[in-house]
Parts: sequence; structure tokens; C-alpha cells
Amino acid sequence: MNATARFFKPSNRSLLRELVSSDFKLRYQGSVLGYLWSLLRPLMLFGVLYIVFTKVVKLGNDIPHYPSYLLLGLVLWTFFAEATTSGMNAITGRGDMVRKVSVPKYIIVLSTTVSALVNFCLNLAVVAIFMVLGHVAFRANLLLVPLFIGELILLCLAVSFLLSTLFVKFRDIGHIWEVILQILFYATPIIYAMQRVPVHIRKIISLNPLTQIIQDTRSVAITPDTITTKQVFGSQLIGRGLPLLIIIILGTLSAWYFRRSSKKFAEEL
Amino acid sequence: MIPKNDIAVSVENLSKVFKLPHERKNSLKEWAIHFKQPTYERLQALSSINIEIKRGEFFGVVGRNGSGKSTLLKIIGGIYQPTHGRVQVNGTLTPFIELGIGFNPELTGRENVFLNGAILGLTRKEIKSKYDEIVTFTELEKFMDQKLKNYSSGMQVRLAFAIAIQAHNDILLIDEVLAVGDAAFQRKCYEIFKEIKTQADKTVIFISHDMGAVKDFCDRVILIENSKIISEGSADKVANDYIELFNKDAPAQPNKRDKNRWGDFKATISGVRAIINKTTVDVSYTVEAHSDIANPIFGLIIKDLDNHHIFDSNTKWKNVKTGKLSKGDKLLFSCQIPNVFKNGRYRVSVAAAHADGYGFHDWQDNAAKFNVSRSEITAGLVVLEDVITITTER
Repeated sequence: MNATARFFKPSNRSLLRELVSSDFKLRYQGSVLGYLWSLLRPLMLFGVLYIVFTKVVKLGNDIPHYPSYLLLGLVLWTFFAEATTSGMNAITGRGDMVRKVSVPKYIIVLSTTVSALVNFCLNLAVVAIFMVLGHVAFRANLLLVPLFIGELILLCLAVSFLLSTLFVKFRDIGHIWEVILQILFYATPIIYAMQRVPVHIRKIISLNPLTQIIQDTRSVAITPDTITTKQVFGSQLIGRGLPLLIIIILGTLSAWYFRRSSKKFAEEL
Repeated sequence: MIPKNDIAVSVENLSKVFKLPHERKNSLKEWAIHFKQPTYERLQALSSINIEIKRGEFFGVVGRNGSGKSTLLKIIGGIYQPTHGRVQVNGTLTPFIELGIGFNPELTGRENVFLNGAILGLTRKEIKSKYDEIVTFTELEKFMDQKLKNYSSGMQVRLAFAIAIQAHNDILLIDEVLAVGDAAFQRKCYEIFKEIKTQADKTVIFISHDMGAVKDFCDRVILIENSKIISEGSADKVANDYIELFNKDAPAQPNKRDKNRWGDFKATISGVRAIINKTTVDVSYTVEAHSDIANPIFGLIIKDLDNHHIFDSNTKWKNVKTGKLSKGDKLLFSCQIPNVFKNGRYRVSVAAAHADGYGFHDWQDNAAKFNVSRSEITAGLVVLEDVITITTER
């Protein structure tokens, strides 16, 4: 059976579905506002950043539709941070299952990304509301958004498979990843505009696949004034191809590493 | 030679070694500091295991805690990888070792059925169609929408077992399921086992400490001790070998300051053994005289763990003549007792007494112990061969 056929095996799909739905139910278990919390978290961060960057530092004033622009970036970022953090904990968190049943382990990692994706979709709805309220012109380009989201999902999976495997062996990956996430947050033009970045640094931060994904999504969804990585490098091939290549290489490596190590998970946990 | 397609599971020369690091290095810092090779303790969990399990067989695996039984099951189930050797499985295999994997106390009974079912490889559609059957089996209709944390442990096992038997695969791996649950539920489980046993295409690998269940169901049994198969064959034979393991551990020669042993030691008792057969329990020991004595009395007492005095007997009551013993004489005492003992653990105390019965040459408390496991369940002290008849009055 090849990999795709195995993935679409009904029992594997059911397992994925149950893992995601139980995760979702458990996350908001016993809280009054329930899943509204997953909307409130990025919204509150958005509120703070919006006030700081339009009223205090005035970094955002020169970007059209800055609120939607900022919120979209934050929501994309939140998805990445949430998917990779929960992906890292996937195998160790389900230790009981890994030690006692022979289930396809990639389903467990996959389920964490899908869980994060569910939240992400809810968050995107809020972005859409902000776009309507902010009179953002809806253009046909908007249809390209799923393409970049697909790329982001690939990136999240690549990182999750790598981190979940490493985390079984080295528990301090948890702390390291927390720090790396903080660095990445500022190394990606999420709260500041690319326009403000000195030209020679633009190329460096444009190597980051997250930069390409966030800027491209903003460019097609919010405003064509966004400086995309394609513009930074002046070439479609480098600007879009290079980040994609990084994702593919990272994905292949981590899939290989995960496959090789997953047989021993039951003993190492 | 059995035809290849009649073999459900074949295990060839299987060994498993666990490497247990002396100091677990779970962090990069430790790994960097102790850059030299970490030292490992090698734990041989299984060595050179060879088994062929036929299709339709009910195959038992018994052994003490830590003997390697569960490791064997986990390797057959594909959870652990063998260090050496090969495992071949023909057919689909229920991949669970324990019941209720993935059960979450914060989810309701219903949600847990779907989650656990999916983990066992059932599709949502299959679970939906079998849901009512599962709930009826557990008799937990009223509790299905309550959180699992409000269930008793017995209720959780019932639910878990009901889901597990729905995972219709050719080969089932069952590890200690009958330990929990009340008598009525145990009987239900037994009925399920009986039903599975009649299905020619179902193979069951069953781990249990319950020799009663093993004798009732298993066609063939292996006994694992210290990572090796030390006995193989019919359930009766292997179950006895298993019980023997525990008898060997019973103290044979307690030292003289032992609180459980006293007497003038003009005669001493050694090698106390209690062997369980289907209908009898045989207690035997060797007596050695260290000076000349006349007409000693030899006897025994059997107590259960609650110190109920279940049975006693001696040579005087049974009018067995012991006569004169000279220094160095050895004789074998043996007492055959009908096996009326109910499930449980028993201790045997033995004694060699003076002819008058007031003083002792050698008294040993708890010189041997034995376990009885049988399918009859009683609240009474013993199980007797009673006969109940019903006649209609006209």
C-alpha cells in the first residue's frame, strides 16, 4: 500500500478525526467562554500592538489598512506558533497510546496541526470581519490565499515532525523552541512593515519562509503595497522558490528522521 | 510440519534486549556535559523464543511479573522492535495490549467510546453501528453522557472491554483483563471468550495470572521465566509448572532464630511442597531424625490469608503408625487433600510433634504456600461437590 492510500484508509481518517475532536473538546473544557478564548488571545495581542504602533510609535500609519494587515500577520503567526508547539508535544503527550497500541504515529503529529488549523480558520473569519469593517477592497487575487496557507501548513508539519522526534530524546527542546519562536517573531515582518527595514537586511529576512508566506498573503488579501519577497529579490524564482525549497528540504529531512526514529518511540518514552 | 497458511503467528529465535542508561540523559545539557559514551545496563527481556501459533488456537502465556510476557506481546503487536529474530503475523491483529487506551477522564463515556474505538482501528461508521451493542453489553446506559472521571474503575473496565471485543480482527492479544470487574462481569467476559473459542478463524494470545481461566480456555500454554520459555504444552501441565515456581520460593530451611519455627529439633522437617492438581492438593515433606525418637506425630494446617483455619490433619488422627526412628532416619510425609479450596492464596504450616502431642520436635509456620484459581466463584469458605436438583411437585 503506498503512502497516500494508507493515509486515506478509513480507520486512519477516523483516528485523525477523533484525536482532533477530543483535543478540541478538552481544550475548552470547563471554561465559560469556550472556544472564544482562541479568538480572544490573538485579538488582545492585536489590540495592544495596534495601539502601540499607531498611537505611540506610529510605525503602522503609512501602511494602508494597517489593522487588517497587522491582524492577518498575527493570525498567521499564531497558527505557526500553536501548530509547532503542540506538534512538538504530540508524541510525548500521547505517550500512553504510543507505548501500548501500534497506531500510525504520524497521525498523532498530523492531528496537532489539524487542531491548530481549526482554530486558525476561526481566526481567519475574524480577519475577514475586520477587512469588511476596514473597507479593504476584495480582489480576485484573494483566491490565491489558500495556496499560501497550504504552504504554511507544509512548513508547520515539517517543523512538527522534526520537533516531536527531537523532543522524545531531549526534553529541553521545549525551552529552546520557545526562545526560537520569540526570535522568529521579531525576525519576521509581522508588526513592522518591510518598508522600514534597511534594504540590505531585507534579503536576509526574506529567506525565512514565514516572511514569504505572510507577505504574499497580505499582498493578495489586503494591499498590493506589501513588499513581498519576490520584490525583495526581484525574481519570482528566488523570492518564492527559495523559501519553498527550504520547506521541502526541511520536510524531507524531518519526515525521514521521524520515520527512522518512530519505531523506537515506544521504548524511549 | 504444519502448513504455512495455518500458522497465525510465528516467532523465530526472538530476543529482546533493553538498554537502560544508567543515568538517563534527557536533556541536551547533560548530553553535552557527559560527552563520552553513556553506560548502559543491558536487560535481557526475552532470549531465543520460538513459537508457532496455529490459526484458531487459544494460546496462553503465563509467567511471573517481569518475566517478559508483556514484552513478547508488545513485539508481536508491533509496538516494540525485536533485537534479534523474526516475528511473522498472518492476518489482521488487534493492536491493543491494555484496555481503555486513550481514555480521557474529562470526556464523556460516549466520546471515549469513539476515541478508544478509533485508536483500536475502527472507523467512525463501524463504531456508530456497534454503539448500541457496546452500551448494552456494559449495562451503563444511564452513564454514557457522564464524564469518565465519575465512573468507578470497574465500570471503566467494562466499557473498555466492550469496545475491545468489537475490534474484529483475526488475532487478538489480551493481557490481564479479568483482574478487575465484579463476579457478574467476569462471567460475561468468560462467555465472550467461550464464543471466541468456538470461532475457528480467531486466534487469541492470552496473558493471565488466573490459572483457572488459563485451564478453561487455552489449548496450549507457554511458561516464561527469566526471559526464556521453561515449559510448554497443555494448560494443565503448564499451570502446574507455574504454581511450582512459587512453591520453590517457599522457605525450605528457615534458620533457628526464625519466629515461625520452633521445637527441640530432634527431628526436622524440610522440603515442604504443596502441589495443586485438578481434584487434589498434595502436601509433602521430608522428616529427618537427629536422635532416637518414638512414635512422633506428623501433621499440617492449612490457613487462608485471613487466617481462617480451613483444614488440618495428622498421623495420630488418621491412625498412621510412625514407630521408632533412629538417628539419621529419613522419611517422606505426604497428605492428599481433596481440592475444595476456593480462589485465593493459602499457607501451609507443618509440624513434627512428640508422641503425647504436647511438645514439638519441629513446628514451621507458613512453610509453604499455594494459590488456587478456579472458575467457580463462591462467598463461602470452600467449594464442595454439591448436587442441586429441582423437581416439580404435583
